[in-house]
Formats: sequence, structure tokens, C-alpha cells
Amino acid sequence: MKSTKRLLIGLIGATALSGMFASASLAWEPTKPVDFVIMAGAGGGADQIARFLQSVAEKKDLTSRPLVPNNKGGGSGAEALIALNTASDPDHTILVTLNSFFTTPLRQTALGIDIQTFTPVAMMGVDPFVLWVHKDSGITTFEQWLETVKAANGEYVMGGTGKGAEDSLVITFIEQNFGVKIKYIPYKGGGAVAKDLAGQQIMATVNNPSETKGFYASGDVVPLLQFSDERMANFPDIPTMKEKGKDFSYYNQRAVVGAPGMSADAATYFQDLFKTIYNTTEWQDYMQSESLSPLWLDADKQRAYWATQVANHKELLAKMGE
Amino acid sequence: MEILGHLSDGIWLSLQPINLGLILIGVTLGLFIGAMPGLGSVNGVAILLPVTFLVPPSSAIIFLAAIYYGAMYGGAISSITLGIPGASTAVATTFDGRPLALKGKASLALVTAALASFVGGTVSNVLFTGFAPLLAHVALSFGPPEIFALMLLAFATFVGLGGDDIPKTILSICMGLVFAAVGFDEISGEPRLVFFNISGFMHGINFLVLAIGVYGLGEMIWTIESTRGEMTTTDAKMSLKTVVADSKTAAREGWRGTAIGSLLGFFVGILPAAGATPGSLMSYGVTKMVSRKPEEFGKGAVDGVAAPEAANNSASTGAMLPMLTLGIPGSPTTAILLGGMVIWGMTPGPRLFTDEPAFVWGLIGSFYVSNVFALLINLAFIPVFIWMLRMPFTILAPLIFVLSVVGGYAATADMHDVWLMLGFGFGAYALRKLDYPLAPAVLAIVLGPIAEPTLRQSLLLSSGDPMIFINRPIAGPITIIALILIFLPLINLIRKKMVAQA
Repeated sequence: MKSTKRLLIGLIGATALSGMFASASLAWEPTKPVDFVIMAGAGGGADQIARFLQSVAEKKDLTSRPLVPNNKGGGSGAEALIALNTASDPDHTILVTLNSFFTTPLRQTALGIDIQTFTPVAMMGVDPFVLWVHKDSGITTFEQWLETVKAANGEYVMGGTGKGAEDSLVITFIEQNFGVKIKYIPYKGGGAVAKDLAGQQIMATVNNPSETKGFYASGDVVPLLQFSDERMANFPDIPTMKEKGKDFSYYNQRAVVGAPGMSADAATYFQDLFKTIYNTTEWQDYMQSESLSPLWLDADKQRAYWATQVANHKELLAKMGE
Repeated sequence: MEILGHLSDGIWLSLQPINLGLILIGVTLGLFIGAMPGLGSVNGVAILLPVTFLVPPSSAIIFLAAIYYGAMYGGAISSITLGIPGASTAVATTFDGRPLALKGKASLALVTAALASFVGGTVSNVLFTGFAPLLAHVALSFGPPEIFALMLLAFATFVGLGGDDIPKTILSICMGLVFAAVGFDEISGEPRLVFFNISGFMHGINFLVLAIGVYGLGEMIWTIESTRGEMTTTDAKMSLKTVVADSKTAAREGWRGTAIGSLLGFFVGILPAAGATPGSLMSYGVTKMVSRKPEEFGKGAVDGVAAPEAANNSASTGAMLPMLTLGIPGSPTTAILLGGMVIWGMTPGPRLFTDEPAFVWGLIGSFYVSNVFALLINLAFIPVFIWMLRMPFTILAPLIFVLSVVGGYAATADMHDVWLMLGFGFGAYALRKLDYPLAPAVLAIVLGPIAEPTLRQSLLLSSGDPMIFINRPIAGPITIIALILIFLPLINLIRKKMVAQA
């Protein structure tokens, strides 16, 4: 849908182009609107972050050509990965990713996608996961929760965003390490999951704080455990999985990558651009209010991060029986 | 009384010069965006979101809501005058709006659409103002089984939509369901029905691509064949007198559809899964079912224009409710609005009404103001739209073709979908020759993606026991009514046979 915007801005851009040759500078700059592909449908957590990044660029006038959001959420992000792999103009095509960047090529090997061919741009932060229950359940601690799940004998219902999705990996980890069985109901997005927890259609969720924020503020849902390395500033009283004796943490990456074959000059341009965005007060405030953990990585470190993430996810998926 | 105080503050806020100016611009822009095939409120709001950084958040949301509102009015215009759905929410308007225009009653159809939209908007505004927090609870009590039951009810009302040929209607529904299943299976997380490994099928078949193919292109081919190009579409003239006369006719013949559309549309709109498109299609089905003259539907019934138009406006206000009170978008457009609110530093959710009363009530107040202006601006432009219809068909047909292609492309920005749209156009023509009803297929491709996951979620919840649709207090009665409606024609058929034999 957003593509229409690309169309319109493209037209405007084309008319403005004639006047552009005069102002040629030394550094590489985009010469047409940038295809800002989002690996998720409109309205979800990943989409909101992408639009926020775009709005900061727009508000501060950081780019000579606009970033035009383009939602491609089909096939667990496969559609977006294919779009980047086959991009006709790699210098003007970038992608906002989440962890399906790692899992989808592993689960759908037929796609023939090798993420190491992609161009690292920026790691904007990581989004930790939290275990939530409804306040009417009366559960206040993780131990109490485990008792309840055990007593339910396989009838304890949790919702998530689908088999192989980030939250399902965390739930599988709990099942395998604490000897419990959970009935898992897949949903389309984190927002729908949060709503059905608030409406008590499901009993618990593993969700990013940003997607559950409203119901947490109103007191409808209660956090029990966080899957971050250390306690988050917004949840100082909630224990981590590590404190419970299991060496396990899990984050959703919020990163920007370029299409395979992007020129070094273009890559430098986008790396600088997103570094500028990263350092704005807008983004810093956003990370704080949405409970994202800062994790800035430069290009080389990102490639190393990808490699460890792929290895980790291979192991998690294998344990899941995928 | 406290609510009335808040409301008058809100209306006062939206009458401030800057906000009033934004409302006028927004409604007019929305009207034209809605009227352009392929561009709907989603696109309008997405395109203009960055503009809103220039004004305070309360003005920004008023502007975007005005676009949303205007687009709901505008969608009807191309549905009626060209037969191409201007937006997905106006597809049901083509069912009867187009036949009315072909009969030379385009002004009646346009006036009906405008008035029904106004009534739908007003009813939903009042319900929203009075009961927002309460209705948020209703929305929360709709889990997967309840939503599936509702979808079943929608299908049941549509079994009667295809005239009397029930087997052909059911086949048409099944065809739509197959198209709806293409793309990505959200339960298993795997791609499915990606024909010939063409990556364009991965994002599924966009509903608007099907609708534009069927109604824009298919209809054009049909018209060319049946008239051999010998027709000018209408030569209706417009004056204040005809508007008054048309308004009277609209009120007399369209009140039933307007009433059903206003209430049902609002209710479907507040459910986070649905939105305005299912709301308008369901209202059309229900209105036809309770009508005294169901045989007139599809041939130019005033009720058939009033119901979907009242419903899409009503549902668009309704869809704001889960967005504001729960932080969950009820439609694709509200998803973008939600993103906007996050960017402006708001936290949509249960605390928004208490934390940001000026913002919320300013928005609610602006609904009332936008609604009035949308009606007036729409009525003022009707002569322009009628003039468009007086073009000779030799000019109109290529125009429809070009707009269909542009609309098919604009929906997803993928050439793949343009070819698909052309395929649907010719396919629709062939099916129409064979007397297959097409509206049920369109309904199925809209409701399929809601019905399928909720069915599977429900059965996972119950470990495969279908009684979950009967046992639950809200799902139960809805399922039972739906089943009765589905089997009623069958029972009637058997009874007729028995009478004939006796």
C-alpha cells in the first residue's frame, strides 16, 4: 500500500531531478527515493519501528531523497528477503529486519538465501522478551506460574506469533527446561496476542514490552520474568531467566541491512545516516519508552553477530524439531 | 453529563481555525483519494502522515481522521459512476450503485450514498461518544471462536446473495476461499499455494486486485459486449430540485439499509480483526436478507447502496475504538494512525482517555465536524461526477481500463498483480456468461483470511472439539443463527418438493 507513496514521491522526485545536477557533491547520495522494505505487515512492532526511523529522517531532513516504507511481510519475511535478493537497484534498497532474518532462510532452505551476502548497515537496538499473565490469574511469581502450568496438565494456553517465530522459541525453551507442556495458539501479530491476553482468551504470552505496554500501564497484565541478560530499567523488580539459573536470554533484533551487491559508497552513506538517527534524542527516547536495549554494532561486528545468531537459531530450531 | 462537557470541549477544539482548515482540506483530499481506484484511506493516511509533524498532535490526528472520513465518502463515487470500486470499503457499493447509474439514476445513487454515509457516521459517533470504554470490553470478549461464528453468519447471509442458484453461490464462495488461502499460512508459518514459485503470490492475492478485475474490467467487457458501444451511460441532469427529490427517494427506499448498515457496521468495526470492508459487505447481505424485495438487489436497489455506505462510515469510526482504548488497530488505516500516535509520543491503550483527554475528545469532536463537512462537500461535487458520466462510452471505456490498471498496480506496486487483475477481469466475464454470481467470491476473499485462522485457533483451543462454537455464551447463539440461515433454503426446497408431491 505504501508503494503508492513511492509512486507519488517518485513522480515528484523525477521532476525535481532536473535541478539536481548542479548540486553534485563528492560523497555518494541517493539519486532517487530509497525503497525502505519492512519485513512485516503494517501495524505490528517491526512496522512501527520502521516508520519511526523514517519519520526521524523526515523530520530532521537527513536524506536528500525520502525513505519510502514498503511492507513485505509475506512468508515470514521470505517475501522481503527475496525482494532484496533480486533488487534491481541495490544502492537504493534497504531492509528493516527482525529475527526472521535468521530463522526464515534456515526454515525455508528452498529460498536459497544466504544472509552473509547482504550488506550490514546498522543495528539500532534489540527488543527483549517478557513473560506476561493476566492480573485476574492471581499469579505473581514465575514459580507460581510453573506450578499452575504443571497442574493444568497440557491444557495451559499461551498465544504467540506462530511456530518458529521468536516467542515460540522462548516457549519451547521453557517447555524443554522445566518439564511442562503448553498449548500454543498462533496469531497474526504481537498486537493481537496482547489483546487476547487482556481479554483472557489465552492465559499467558511471551511478548515484547512495546506490544504489551498499554495493558501493562492499565494494570490488566502482569510481567513475571524477563528474557534479557540483565533486568531492564523499566522492569526493575522482575527477575530474569538467568537469575532462575538457566543461561538463556532472547532478543528480537531491530536492524537495518542493505541489499546484496550494494556499493561500498552507498553502504557508507546508509551506515552514517542510521548512525545519525541512532544518536538523535528522538531515537534514544523511543528506545527508553519502548524498553528496547541499546546495542550499536558497526558493519564488521554485525557480520559476526549474524553468524552467532544463525548458529544459535539453528540450535533452537533443531531442539524444536523443525 | 460529564461526557457532554468533554464532547463540547472537543467540538470547540475542532472548530479552532487551524483545525477547521485541516478538516476541510483533509475531507476534500480524502474524497478524491477515496474516489481514485486503488487508492483508499490507507494510502491517503500513509502518504500524508509525515505532513503532520508540522502541527500539534491533536491537530495532526484530526487531519488524518478527516482524510479517513472523506475517503469513506469518496469510495462510493467511482463505484457508482465507473463501476470500479474506489476503495476496498466501497466494493459492495458497486453491486447496486452501478446498475442504478446505468439506469440513468446516478444522482439518486450518489445522493443515497452521501446521506447514508452521513447517517452511518452520526450513529457511530453517538455510540462512540456514549459507550467507548464499555464497548472496548465487548471487543475484548470476542476471542477466536466468537469471531469465527460472526464470519459464519456473514457467509450465511451471502448464501442468499447470489439469487436463487445456491450451488453456484457456494461454488463462488469456495473459489474466493481458495484465492484467500494463497500466500502465507500464518498458523504453520509456511508459504502455501505459491503457484509456479512466482514470488508475487507470496504476499497473497490482494482483495482489491480481485475486486478491480471483476468489477472494473469484467464489467467493462460485459458492457461493451451487451451494448456494442452504442450507449452513453446516462444523461442525468443535476439541480437543487433533483437533489431534494433524490433525497426524498433515498430516505423512503433506503432507510432500512441505512439503519442496518449504521448499527452492524459500527459493531463489526469495533472488533479488532475486522474493519470497514467486512462491515459493509455483511450489512449488504443482511439488508438483502430482511428486504421485502430481495430480487431487486444487484439490479439497482436503493437499499443496496445505502447499507454498505452507511456501514463503511460507521465502521471507520468504530475501528477507532479499539485503536484508542486498546491500542489495537481495527483496520489497516487505523494501524497507520496508531503508528502516527506512537511517533507523536502518545501511548494508545486503556489509559489514553485519562492521560490525554484533550487529544481524545478533540478527535471525537472532529468526527462530528468532519461528518457534516464531508456531506456538504460531497453533495457539492456530485454534479462534477455526473458530468464525468456523460462522456461517450468510447472515451469512458479506455478510461476505466487505464484506471483499473493503475488501481491494480497501486494496491501492491507489483506488476504481477496487474497481470492477475487482467486475468480476473476476463475470468469474471466468462463466469458471468455462465451465470455465476461473483459477489460471494469477493466476500469470501475478504472474510476468508479472518475466518480461517480463527477457525483453526478455536479448534486448537478446544483440542479439536467443534462444540467450542456452541458452548461459549457469545459464540453459541451466533453460530446457531448462522446454521439456521444456511439450512433454511434447503428446508424450504424440501418443503416445496413435499408440497408438490402431495
